[in-house]
Amino acid sequence: MIKHLLSATDLNREDAVLVLDTAAEMATLTNRSVKKLPALRGRTVVNLFFEDSTRTRISFEAAAKRLSADVINFSAKGSSVSKGETLKDTALTLQAMGADAVVIRHGSSGAPHRLASPGWIDGAVVNAGDGTHEHPTQALLDAYTIRRHLRNGHGDLSGLRVTIVGDVLHSRVARSNVHLLDTLGAKVTLVAPPTLFPVGVQDWPATVSYDLDSALPDADAVMMLRVQRERMNAAFFPSAREYSRRYGLDDRRMALVPDHGIVLHPGPMNRGMEIGDSVADHDRSVIVEQVANGVSVRMAVLYLLIGGARPDQPVAELT
Amino acid sequence: MAEPAPDVVGPIVLDADDLNRVLTRISHEIIESSKGADDVIILGIPTRGAILARRIAKRVGEAAGRTIPVGSLDVTMYRDDLSMRPTRALGHTDIPASGVDGRTVVLVDDVLFSGRTVRAALDAINDIGRPKAVRLAVIVDRGHRELPIRADHVGKNLPTHLGESVRMKLTEIDGVDEIVLVREGEVQA
Repeated sequence: MIKHLLSATDLNREDAVLVLDTAAEMATLTNRSVKKLPALRGRTVVNLFFEDSTRTRISFEAAAKRLSADVINFSAKGSSVSKGETLKDTALTLQAMGADAVVIRHGSSGAPHRLASPGWIDGAVVNAGDGTHEHPTQALLDAYTIRRHLRNGHGDLSGLRVTIVGDVLHSRVARSNVHLLDTLGAKVTLVAPPTLFPVGVQDWPATVSYDLDSALPDADAVMMLRVQRERMNAAFFPSAREYSRRYGLDDRRMALVPDHGIVLHPGPMNRGMEIGDSVADHDRSVIVEQVANGVSVRMAVLYLLIGGARPDQPVAELT
Repeated sequence: MAEPAPDVVGPIVLDADDLNRVLTRISHEIIESSKGADDVIILGIPTRGAILARRIAKRVGEAAGRTIPVGSLDVTMYRDDLSMRPTRALGHTDIPASGVDGRTVVLVDDVLFSGRTVRAALDAINDIGRPKAVRLAVIVDRGHRELPIRADHVGKNLPTHLGESVRMKLTEIDGVDEIVLVREGEVQA
């Protein structure tokens, strides 16, 4: 297993399936009277959030606590970061406090990679979303959800077709998903207006399309992305109404999706914009389940990264 | 350069017929000691313990005339050496719908050695519920206990040296039922 989880490309197929299998075991915890495992007792997990986030932070916090780790939440607002502390000094502070894992969310792409540089921090670094770059645990929970519904919870995703729709340009969720789904053997189609594709998208392991209607009939899973108004400094499309008409998943388009096809959304949703109200609440919408699966997947990631001996620690004798 | 010598495979301790007889005897002991196995639930410790648990549950069920709830209990996250060794993949945990509360849980493992796996299993059960009693069934007890733990049902007591290990093969994974004693390779000067 790898030391940090910075990008979905850090995982090969074997590692990715191991994370999903481990998450499936973690999920059985919900049926127990004591919803806690002792795996990370005495370990410290720091949630280092430089950007607003509710669901991802709570999800990581729940995951670490269910594994009995001590959790320290650090948000940039009201901390020494607002007094001008650099990322490196923050890292050295966390290092001095003995963090075994640092979960970082940052507005700048590449911040987790910087944090993982040699000499900054000994613990494992988990990317919880960096700028418009990557969000690997979201991709893992999406893959877990897809696998549970369409592959009976086993193996990889080979042969499945996944259509990802919306603001690919600003979406770290899309980027991580494209790479992870490709690693797991699924075929990905990206659909967006031409203005919302990043430069170089033709080199991604995915098919690019501008027409949603034609990308739905053979989709096993449809993933709608949030229109990220906070990242839109320029006019990427003429109006919200036009976007919704051309790229929103409404009732008419839902009827084009095959009967077994499921609908995902990383949340928070803009109902009526990228996804219709009745589609969001459809029986084949798995959006609420994605949140629950997020905790299991993050437990799996934390366990696999810091559950065992540190790489520099001598291995104990077998008894 | 010192090179580890290959493992020396010793004699067969139990063959397929022996294992069959052992499983049948343990199954009848379970029924006898629990007075009919009315409240028994059988949990095996993965990987081989879980397979043996299914075989025992089948025999107990045949003798008692009803289906015995059987499942598997992974103890990896409860081990006391978890943070001292590289991260291990988890085994499968599957607790029967009846749960363990108020029942007699029979834990099944292949080999009883230091007792640390069983200690971990007792902790794991504690998080699932409160059984009326917990009993332990093992196929081979090889001694060298490091904790005050003993088995209630033992297939075979097998005195061993610390440098030896007991290797159990089961049809479900290894294609054959066989238990052998292996002398681990010693470092040659």
